[in-house]
Amino acid sequence: MTMPFYVAPEQVMKDRAEYAQKGIARGRSLVATVYTEGVLIVADNPSRSLHKISEIYDRIAFAGVGKYNEYDQLRVAGVRHADTKGFAFSREDVDARSLANLYAQFLGNVFTHELKPLEVEILVAELGADGRPNQLYHIAYEGTITDQDRFAVLGGEAEIIAERVGEGWAPDRDLSAALRASVAALAGPERTLESGDLEVAVLSRANGRRSFRRVSNDEIESLLTAAPARSRRRPAGQQENSGASASTDAGGTGDPGEKG
Amino acid sequence: MNLESVPSVPHATTVVALRFADGVVMAGDRRATEGHAIAHRAMEKVFPADRYSAVAIAGAAGFAVEMVRLFQVQLEHYEKVEGVTLSLEGKANQLAQMVRQHLPLAMQGLAVVPLFAGYDLRRGGGRIFTYDVTGGHYEEADFQATGSGGRDARNTVKLGFREGMSRTEAVELAIAALYEAADEDSGTGGPDLVRGIYPLVAVVTADGYTQAAESEVAERFAALIERKRAAIENGGGAAR
Repeated sequence: MTMPFYVAPEQVMKDRAEYAQKGIARGRSLVATVYTEGVLIVADNPSRSLHKISEIYDRIAFAGVGKYNEYDQLRVAGVRHADTKGFAFSREDVDARSLANLYAQFLGNVFTHELKPLEVEILVAELGADGRPNQLYHIAYEGTITDQDRFAVLGGEAEIIAERVGEGWAPDRDLSAALRASVAALAGPERTLESGDLEVAVLSRANGRRSFRRVSNDEIESLLTAAPARSRRRPAGQQENSGASASTDAGGTGDPGEKG
Repeated sequence: MNLESVPSVPHATTVVALRFADGVVMAGDRRATEGHAIAHRAMEKVFPADRYSAVAIAGAAGFAVEMVRLFQVQLEHYEKVEGVTLSLEGKANQLAQMVRQHLPLAMQGLAVVPLFAGYDLRRGGGRIFTYDVTGGHYEEADFQATGSGGRDARNTVKLGFREGMSRTEAVELAIAALYEAADEDSGTGGPDLVRGIYPLVAVVTADGYTQAAESEVAERFAALIERKRAAIENGGGAAR
């Protein structure tokens, strides 16, 4: 009979955390931020069909970074949970907080009990209603949950990007301004992200019951090239997007507000 | 099993659907009955199934409304999980399975028979599907009506239907059909001018599901009633 080696629990946890962090760091990052109409989520994702951002329920969106198959499983479980709850009780009883808690418990359990932790970081965003603020729940691979009401950054370079997002953040930006700032923060000073490299979606109050809407490539393009609608109170340190100065009257600044 | 005991037509409702140039119009009266008593005057029998389809119900109200709710959730669930919407045919089949599952209760007299219509984005155009209690579903070419006043409504549409109607003409024809059904059938409610309750009219086109404004429906009923009254004053037979 073979005896297992003794490994200190601290070491086990450390190894697992390192493993998960490495997996997440390999993927691309994602920014979610509050704007005038609701919540904007921008992901560095060149794929048109394998989404990082998706709809969970009327006012709830999901976003994940890391290993696709793992966060997609979490997404489907979330949709099922929300739809079942909404059908059994009422649509207004479905909230992001309970869903985020469920995710946190699941990720925490997997982290401590399974051989391999999930290499994902996820975001559950909720559009505020009836005077309640928008909520962004950021859930890490080990089940740590933090709630934010301004912006959240997920992925390997989260800290640097969060710093850039924080510098230019203002509560009253429209979609175009918020998108330009988020894309600039995601790209950093060395890179330029084109509309084809981005996956963008919003939870917008203009969309009716189902507030989630994907922003099409063409619309991203026009939002990015639109002249900055307002220049007031622009903090000095804000990154200027390279595309922003190219065209001054591209039109289509506002959210077309596609009906839901 | 005594098939004679199964009511061939679900009672006390008229819902009608018809195709027009840009899609389909679906309309339903608002009356719910318990035996010979009126149970509810403002019941809704036409619902959006999803953005591009509508479902109308006839039969046992409790089960029917629940079936619609489940149907709506299933379509939305599929769309969210898969990232694409079901084809119109797929939606019709899904609803058929739900009607089929309900068969044991239908055999006890609690039948639910929906009417399904929508805009087929892939083919381009409106399509209508009817159901029987066994879950059999059949695509209709131009129009269909179900419920106790379905026959009267269907005949009205049959006489007024032509290919490529405009939205206005189609809504008017649906309203005329519901009026005639309410005229002949005690289980179907007409326009309630006293309380301001009018039948629901839904229009599904490539732009999605919309419900005709109550003011529009009210105006069209008022015009129809005016024409009927004028016909009677002139001694014509149209209103008799």
